Amino acid sequence: MHPLLTRPRQLGLYLLAWVPLAGILVYLLTGSSGLNWREAIILTLPLCLVYAFACLSAWYPCRALPLERSGFVKLALVHLTDSALVSVLWVQIAKGFAVALVRWGGFTGLDQRLAKYTSLLWVTGVLLYLLSVTFYYMLLAEQASREAQERALQARVLARDAELKALRAQVNPHFLFNCLHSISALTSSDAAKAREMCILLADFLRTTLRVGNKETITLEEELALVRGYLAIEKVRFGARVHMEEEVQKEATPVLIPPLLLQPLVENAIRHGIANLPEGGVIRLNAQRNGDAVSIVIENSFDPESPSSLKTGLGLDNIRQRLNTRYGQDARISVRTDNNTFFVNLYLPAQLNGDAE
Amino acid sequence: MSATSDQKIRVVIVDDEELARQMLHEFLVGHSEIEIVADCKNGFEAVKAVTELKPDLIFLDIQMPKLDGFEVLELIGTDRAVVFVTAYDEFAIRAFDIHAVDYLLKPFGVERFETALQRARQRLGGKLPPPAELSASARPAAHYPERIVVRDGTRVHIIPVNRLDYAEAQDDYVALSAEGKKHLKQQTISSLEAVLDPSRFLRIHRSYLVNLERVTKIEPYSKDTYVVVLSSGTQLPVSRSGYARLRAALDQKTQPGVD
Repeated sequence: MHPLLTRPRQLGLYLLAWVPLAGILVYLLTGSSGLNWREAIILTLPLCLVYAFACLSAWYPCRALPLERSGFVKLALVHLTDSALVSVLWVQIAKGFAVALVRWGGFTGLDQRLAKYTSLLWVTGVLLYLLSVTFYYMLLAEQASREAQERALQARVLARDAELKALRAQVNPHFLFNCLHSISALTSSDAAKAREMCILLADFLRTTLRVGNKETITLEEELALVRGYLAIEKVRFGARVHMEEEVQKEATPVLIPPLLLQPLVENAIRHGIANLPEGGVIRLNAQRNGDAVSIVIENSFDPESPSSLKTGLGLDNIRQRLNTRYGQDARISVRTDNNTFFVNLYLPAQLNGDAE
Repeated sequence: MSATSDQKIRVVIVDDEELARQMLHEFLVGHSEIEIVADCKNGFEAVKAVTELKPDLIFLDIQMPKLDGFEVLELIGTDRAVVFVTAYDEFAIRAFDIHAVDYLLKPFGVERFETALQRARQRLGGKLPPPAELSASARPAAHYPERIVVRDGTRVHIIPVNRLDYAEAQDDYVALSAEGKKHLKQQTISSLEAVLDPSRFLRIHRSYLVNLERVTKIEPYSKDTYVVVLSSGTQLPVSRSGYARLRAALDQKTQPGVD
């Protein structure tokens, strides 16, 4: 689509820019022993109007030959040839117009006087055409940079969207509905406990929402979230859930992406403990070794249960998040050993106040 | 088995969460015509209780240790009323709707519970849809079960499908051959064939379904009949149409390796 032809306002401005150009041309044609003012104006105005439209055509070769991807020789050759030809055509039109003015307008000898200016007209035509070429290249460059900006903005929005979706997926509906069912059951048998569970659930959801908006939180904050989550699951599963924490003190202030460990612990329950009638143990171990922190979550599971194999999705999500944030500096791996499932996390130990 | 007015409706509750079982007790306690005969915490207990106690009605949770609700249903047969209970499982819910099976979504209130109970009582003695069909429609498309459950009295055997060598039709049963042992299951060979991954299991004969990975060679038997030899040495007859299918399947499997 032509950027000027399709927008009347833009086209009006463009034609207005031709008025001073026409003025200059009038001035040039009224030089010594040339045309008089009246002749020059009558001749120039329609000619400039015609040429203004002729120069609009420069857009198409400009678009076809992007500056950054075309060789200099090719660019020069194409645009110079075009300008020469278009200008020749224009000079012919000017001559024809002058003849017409002589015959029907009574401007005696105008065509002869104009003949002296043929080369001047042609050079002006070439220069004007090349000026429009420059103008179109500037327009194209401006368009490209605007598009690049839009793309960058869109990429940022998409990334943020993906992150939000990932976070929303963390609160899984199965957990939520089961919790509500437990609360509903408790209302008649143990009202105080029902209230306690409401508060536990509210705290958990509130914390999830709050930390979900942050880039990073401390390991200590994440552990608090995990503990809140487990307190709820303990109401549901009773004595079937045991948690053992072994967290090195130096590791607690380390910054990690929010909701990194809670989904892993949730997996450990859903695909591990929940399938064991007698329940099992979840062990969480965090150690800081200099610039890195290593976190291991292990849980007992039933290798025969089909559900114990379904952990893939949550892990993929976490792997992707780690990759976006840390690239090669973070790793996540899983392994099984008899009836125990291990998730190993390894990430850079960033602290508050660290330069990015 | 229909409940007459002087006979109590015998109920089994199956859920791994104590609070959920407790709630069903609470809702049922006001019904004098109902007697709760067992509380089960997992699939194994459920199969045992249902086989031994033969209740009229079962409240069956879907997500449970050992066996899920669908597997329990497969093992206890279809001649008693079942109300499924689940918190959230879109595929299961879709399956229940397709097959018009009663279900309760956690959390549920007394009214919803009463409606489900009324409906279940009208269905007492009525037949449920075939369990294999129900669980198949509760699975996302192109997902096949990873294991087969078999009941032997009150004991349950779990056979991972990759350990299944072949299945043989025996009247209303199939004999599942895995690691040298045979397990009998009340199911037709066609319905077993329908749930297994067709790229792994092939019907080679009216009575035989074979795990393609176990087939080592095909040998002529008589003029135009064949047998397959399995890695265990077992020979199985192949029908004429079975032979064509087997050839096609094996050709497809070996094609990428042929140069």
